[in-house]
Parts: sequence; C-alpha cells; structure tokens
Amino acid sequence: MSDHEYTPTSKAGKWFNDRLPLLTLANHLTDYPTPKNLNYWWTFGGILTFCLITQIVTGLTLAMHYIAHADMAFESVEHIMRDVNYGWLIRYIHANGASMFFLAVYIHIFRSLFYGSYKAPREIIWIIGIIIYLLMMAAAFMGYVLPWGQMSFWGATVITNLFSAIPLVGEGIVTWLWGGYSVDNPTLTRFFTLHYLIPFLILGLVVLHIWALHVPGNNNPVGIDVKKPSKDTVPFHPYIVIKDTFALLMFMIVFAFFVFYTPNILGHADNYIEADPLVTPAHIVPEWYLLPFYAILRSVPDKLLGVIAMLSAILILAALPWLDTSKIRSAVFRPLYKQFYWILVADVLILGYVGAMPAEGLYLLVARVATAYYFLHFLVILPVLGLKEKTLPIPLSITEPILGGTANLATARNKESSIK
Amino acid sequence: MSEKKTNRRDFLFTATYAVGAVGVGATVWPMIDQMNPDASVKALASTEVDVSSLTPGKTITVLWRGKPVFIRRRTEDEIADARSVKLDDLKDPEKDEDRAKNPEWLVMLGVCTHLGCVPLNDKGDYNGWFCPCHGSHYDTSGRIRKGPAPTNMEVPKYEFVNANTIKIG
Repeated sequence: MSDHEYTPTSKAGKWFNDRLPLLTLANHLTDYPTPKNLNYWWTFGGILTFCLITQIVTGLTLAMHYIAHADMAFESVEHIMRDVNYGWLIRYIHANGASMFFLAVYIHIFRSLFYGSYKAPREIIWIIGIIIYLLMMAAAFMGYVLPWGQMSFWGATVITNLFSAIPLVGEGIVTWLWGGYSVDNPTLTRFFTLHYLIPFLILGLVVLHIWALHVPGNNNPVGIDVKKPSKDTVPFHPYIVIKDTFALLMFMIVFAFFVFYTPNILGHADNYIEADPLVTPAHIVPEWYLLPFYAILRSVPDKLLGVIAMLSAILILAALPWLDTSKIRSAVFRPLYKQFYWILVADVLILGYVGAMPAEGLYLLVARVATAYYFLHFLVILPVLGLKEKTLPIPLSITEPILGGTANLATARNKESSIK
Repeated sequence: MSEKKTNRRDFLFTATYAVGAVGVGATVWPMIDQMNPDASVKALASTEVDVSSLTPGKTITVLWRGKPVFIRRRTEDEIADARSVKLDDLKDPEKDEDRAKNPEWLVMLGVCTHLGCVPLNDKGDYNGWFCPCHGSHYDTSGRIRKGPAPTNMEVPKYEFVNANTIKIG
C-alpha cells in the first residue's frame, strides 16, 4: 500500500502502531494521493458506502421486530409500520434505501464505462465490483420476499423457477431452494438468513474493492496514468473528503425526498396484499432496478435460452476489460466510443421501460431489438471499435490542458515544461 | 529433467488428501441436504376433494403440496376441441385421452411450466388457460400452444375414490 514510512508522533501511538499498524493504515487513507481532476461522478463510491451502512443499520433494527414465518411475516411488517416506534421511518429508509443503493451503483458502473475505469491495471477492482453487484441483486431480491406480500411470493416463485430451466437437475435444484414443493415457510426462513448474511459479505468485498483500488490509485476523467504523489494529485483528506461529503448531502436530499414524500412510489401496491399461493397478480414486475434484465429474459421465446441470455447480460460485464480493445481509457478522447456509450445508456433505459410493460406486440419487438443491441455493443462494437477508432491525442499530464490553456497541444506542452 | 521417484511420503500425502476430501464431503452434505423438503413437508402427500358441486364448464382450484391444482368439469365442446387437435400442432405432443382418462374431468397442476405462475381460466387464444406473467397460452386440455412455457401443465397422480370425490397424490 503506502510506500512511505509513517511514525506516530506520540509515544503511546508509536507503541500501539508497532504492535498493530492501524495508525499507518489511517495515515495511508488520509494522505492517499488522488487525481486532482476527479469530478462529481467519482463521489459515488463514498455514496455507495453510505448506502451499505444505512442498509445494514436499518436492517439490523428491522430484524428486531420482524418475524420470519409464513403465517406472521406480513403481519409483523404491518406491526413495524403501525406500532413500533419510528418503525415506519426505519422500514421506509430500508425499502427506499435499496432503490437508492441501485441508483448509485448504476451511476457508479456507467461512470466506469464512460471513463474506461475497468481497463488495465484495474480489472480486479472491476470484477470485485461486478461480484458486489450480483450479491446486491441477490440481497435485494430476497429482501423483497420477506414482507410476504403477493409480489414477494410470486416474485420468489418466478425467480427461483429460473433454475428449473437447467436441464436434468433443474427441478431438483428448485425443490432444494424451496425446501418443499412450492415457495413456502422453509423458503422464507432461508431467504431471511441469506438476506441477513449477504450485506456482510458485501462489506468484506467492499474492503477488497478499496484495497485493490489503492494499489494503482484512482482512474480520472482524462484517463491517463498519474505519478503519485505529484502536482497532478491532492491528498484524500481534506480535498476528496469534503467533495464526497458535499455530494453525499445532495444525494441524501433525493433519498429523503423519496422516504418522506413518496415512500411507496418505487414499490407495488400488490405487495400490501398478503401472499396467496392460489392467485397470481395480473401483472408481475420486479423492482425497477432489475427491469432491464427482466426485459432480456422475456424477449427470448425459449425458457432455457431466456435464462442464459439474462445471466449473460450481467456476466458479460466481467469480461469487459478484455472485450474493450482500446488502449485509451477515457471516452473524452474516443469520439466514436462516446456516441456508442450514449446509445448503450439509451438501450438500457429502453430495456428497463419495456421490462415494466406487458410482453406483447410492439413492446416485445422493441425488447428484442434492444436485447440484440445490448449484446452487439459488448461482443462486436467494443472489440472492433478499439482497433478501428481514430482517437484524439491524450495529454501528458492532468495539469497540461489546464495550465496550457490553449487548444494547440504543442504550445501547451512547451508552456507546461517551462513552468516545471 | 530428472525422473522423480514415487516414495512413501507421496503415498502418505495422497492418502491424506483423499481421507480429507471424504471427510469434508461427509461434513458438508448434511448442511446441503437440510435444505431439501423435510419429513413434515413430504408427509402432506395427498388431498381428497369433493367435486359434487361442479357443473360443466366450471373449475375449482385446490391446494395440494402448496401448489394449486385445477379440477375442471369440461363441456362437450371443450372435449371435442381438445380431442380434435393434431399432435403435429403441439409443442409438447400429448393426446387429450392420456391427460384426461375420464374426458369430462381434467385434473392438473395449475402451475405454468414457464416460471411457475398460476394461469387464468377461460382465457387465451385457445379458450383454455392464459398465464399473465409471460404470456403462455394453454388449450382446453392444458397443453401449451403458444408462448415461452416449454411443456404442458402437469397432470398429477389422482383417482376417483367415488363418483363425487377425487383423491390427488
């Protein structure tokens, strides 16, 4: 990690640090050299850490009142909403917190896509991130089952049935997941256990994610390697800490808006009806953050292939560092990639929209085109673009384009070297 | 490259790994198997249903092993419909005669074979069932005709205990 030696000033500090170098770690974290041109898209790592802690704290408190039993779960959630002191607040923070968590993670992921943060030498950071994202989806799905409403029950039925698409062993796996012949009490109790466990797994992976980040240091909007520490970097504290805090406060305003003004807008009214194994709601949709993948699942008319397409859509992201053949990281210097990037953003938003609509007619057609384009982007456009695209010249340092103050790169370079 | 001779120590290593692997497997298996259906779930094997109140064209839904079972008393038209279909037109070819031994009574799991939703009665392009989740259409014999579901709705083991009672399971 840190390549400089650190010695605490106090005698007690030195005594402790010689035995457990926590102060060295703290010093590394405060002094950590950060590119000075990081924009607000870089503040979502901190925001995501806040989201995780919020979910863990509210989740722990909800678990003190929730009862994981098919006969009592629904009522215990109503008990939390009506009887428990501030129960409504804690539950609304937890439920909307999941949405805020995904909102932030999608911005974080698309930030990486735009600035090429997944490229060498940051592949491991990226892959750990994808694993965290997968665990987040598992945790969110199982958490949604716990209130034992209609959407909980049928969402659980549909998602667990995805495994029945596996040839030969599929049915056995589904029965094993359920602990019975349908989604029932054994399913609920094990989902509760796993929902409780996964956030702590994520917490561990977040530590690895940050550790892996601190080896090469942050990518930056220009996407070039920076010398650390140098005039291209600033210490993490106070510069980044203040910027992250300000962004977090802005984010919390949005968060609070949902919690206090429209706490149910992101949920489904059907989930306030207790689970009934005899009646499927007329229109089953997952939570908004899973809709693009749901649209991909439904756009394929074959059960097994649909499931494969949906899983590949997520797992393909892990291969991204090798699918994108361009040596240039930032889209700022990739005029064509920049356009395809925004088409991909639109494509994912369209998938999300049709995922919420019935799978028929025009919606189905749009879903199929958008699904095809999604895979085309990763499997064809990205590999070819990296080889064919004529990229713009990249600056030698972060400081160069700022101090140069001219479009003429040669002049800028002269100026910069004269300042040195 | 010098040839490495197998010695007593190699044998001991291999034997240790083998015993260790068996031990780990034997320890992990109970942790995995505890998630399978337990004895109390398996005990709920059969259900008896009184069907005397069913008139032709009506369906009742009963719960068996936590899953809905459709019992439909079919009309003459529906039976004729189901029996006139050519097997070549079916995604999962199965004769109506094999699905409904007594043509008037159709008993099947009310579970869509796609992702497990409960299809709706008297709906869809084939006047049988329609699954609202992902748009699978079933005919009057509960066979898949259109949509993503791969197979026909499953017919469970059942028998008429007497003229008015069906025992499922």
